[in-house]
Amino acid sequence: MRMRRARRVVVRAAQYAAIALITLFAVFPFYWMFLTALKQNRDLYVGATNLHHVPWVFNVPPTLEHVQLLFQRTAYLVWVRNTVFVGAVVVAITLVFAAPAGYALARLVGRWGERLGIALFLTYLVPPTLLFIPFARIVSVLHLQNSLWSLVVIYPTFTVPFCTWLLMGFFRSIPRDLEEQAMIDGYSRLAVIRKVVMPLAVSGLLTVVIFAFTLVMQEFVYALTFISSVQKMTLSLGVPVALVRGDVFYWGSLMAAALITSIPIAIVYNLFIDRFVAGLTHGALKG
Amino acid sequence: MALPSGTQPASGSAPPAVAVRPGAAFRRRTLADREDLLGRLMLGPTLLYVIALAGIPFLLAIVLSFSDARAGSLSFSLVGLRNFLAILPDPQFHRALWNTLLLTVVSQAAVLVLATTSAVILDAGLPGRRAIRFLLLLPWAVPVSLASLAWVWIFDSTFSVINWTLKALGLLRTWLFWFGDPALAMTAIITVHVWRMFPFATVIVLAGLSAIPQDIREAAVVDGAGFWRRLLQVDLPLLLPVAIVAVLFGVTFTSTDLSVVYLLTNGGPYNSTHVLATLAFQRGILGGDLGQGAAVALFLLPVLVVVAAVMLRLARRTEVGA
Repeated sequence: MRMRRARRVVVRAAQYAAIALITLFAVFPFYWMFLTALKQNRDLYVGATNLHHVPWVFNVPPTLEHVQLLFQRTAYLVWVRNTVFVGAVVVAITLVFAAPAGYALARLVGRWGERLGIALFLTYLVPPTLLFIPFARIVSVLHLQNSLWSLVVIYPTFTVPFCTWLLMGFFRSIPRDLEEQAMIDGYSRLAVIRKVVMPLAVSGLLTVVIFAFTLVMQEFVYALTFISSVQKMTLSLGVPVALVRGDVFYWGSLMAAALITSIPIAIVYNLFIDRFVAGLTHGALKG
Repeated sequence: MALPSGTQPASGSAPPAVAVRPGAAFRRRTLADREDLLGRLMLGPTLLYVIALAGIPFLLAIVLSFSDARAGSLSFSLVGLRNFLAILPDPQFHRALWNTLLLTVVSQAAVLVLATTSAVILDAGLPGRRAIRFLLLLPWAVPVSLASLAWVWIFDSTFSVINWTLKALGLLRTWLFWFGDPALAMTAIITVHVWRMFPFATVIVLAGLSAIPQDIREAAVVDGAGFWRRLLQVDLPLLLPVAIVAVLFGVTFTSTDLSVVYLLTNGGPYNSTHVLATLAFQRGILGGDLGQGAAVALFLLPVLVVVAAVMLRLARRTEVGA
């Protein structure tokens, strides 16, 4: 009996140790961004061969100079504006396309719905890497090189399929009875959608807004391919590509930019991740 | 689910006629009631958009790989297999193909181990579980280009905190130039990919674990199964479909990723760490040879076909089971 308890304690301890290590691995780069963003240069640029200088802590008081530099002397705020602009337009386009399509797949097109839904979802898996070359041609035919509109046209190609799929799941989870009762009461299908379904789908639509926006914020490949001038860049492109002046890396400002950009996305993402996973796995988990 | 909505009996026992609002019976049926038409109208725009801006480019990607298209001009002609004959004997291409394979297999193996471990531990009811999950998810939420940048700094040749820590612990005698040595550079790239993908896999596996019916587990406990037996004989087999989903996403995102390699090494040192995605970018966009770039990228297609096929199988299986 005591042996068993001892063994359980050991197993528990091993589990805690394992999860602690894994969590450290996940968090460490963020801690490093934080330290770097706030360290004074004389604390930052000390060669790692110097074992007397511990890089894991502040050796001199922290400073806000890198953050100030970022906001006042770089195009960071321009990139924030560009990102918000592209994000907002893409979210709007995504909703206009994905919401009706998601509902149609869930309720109106019968057995075809399932297959079309899967086919749509698979297009989400076709990677930018395969498409950026043909898009390079399409963008130049449309004369959209180096324009934010090229991103506005292209980003919905991954947000729309993905969000349609998510919304299909949300609409399915609304009890059919409610809709049928309303139709019996004399509402048309369209009125049912407007007055019964939409109010119930608000949280689903909100989730889609959030995810479409974060997908836009995270995109790098298309932005890299189509945007060349610093003033037109989005955050995910501008920070890694244009904050480096020549060969000089302003690591303090770079890490401040990375951290400040990441934190809001990370928090929002965490709030919605369960719905996201439910959307992704609703095929595999059902069985 | 198989019943078309019109034929499904309404809930409640009252015959429909009783529930009809006065006057409603005389309302003309309009377009708003034509379900089939409405369905097509609502779905049509999305299908068109996806066909126009994902389907056609996808076909164009294939056509371009057989062409001499260049970035500068819009006209091109088909040149048969010339692009493929050019890249097939190219050692840089071999290297990129091998790196892509290595990167994908090694990182996904590590991701599976890390994700299953963390999910099983988190599922066992840990204090602070939500907080830990929040922290674990950070790498997946952060834009990959910004995260890669942080890792560039972490692996910096002069200021690397990893080198400092290894030295301080007495584990390192010489010096590690992370991006100066092909093997170290690949290690760094794989590390970043594992770091980025395992949180996502953890959440998926965790969702799978909580979907395992509690009575199955309790039955296993009653039958005297300990932690390991329950894990190996009950949980893991039931987790398989979810784990497959996690791996499929992982394989897709990792094998096709351009940003990590582009920002960490840009293919260096001496073009030793190129993957298909970065090589396609270098040849097609930077080099201007769209045809050859497309040909290189096309080698990712088999991976995606396999992924899609497995996804479809999974989906069909659950469709029957539902």
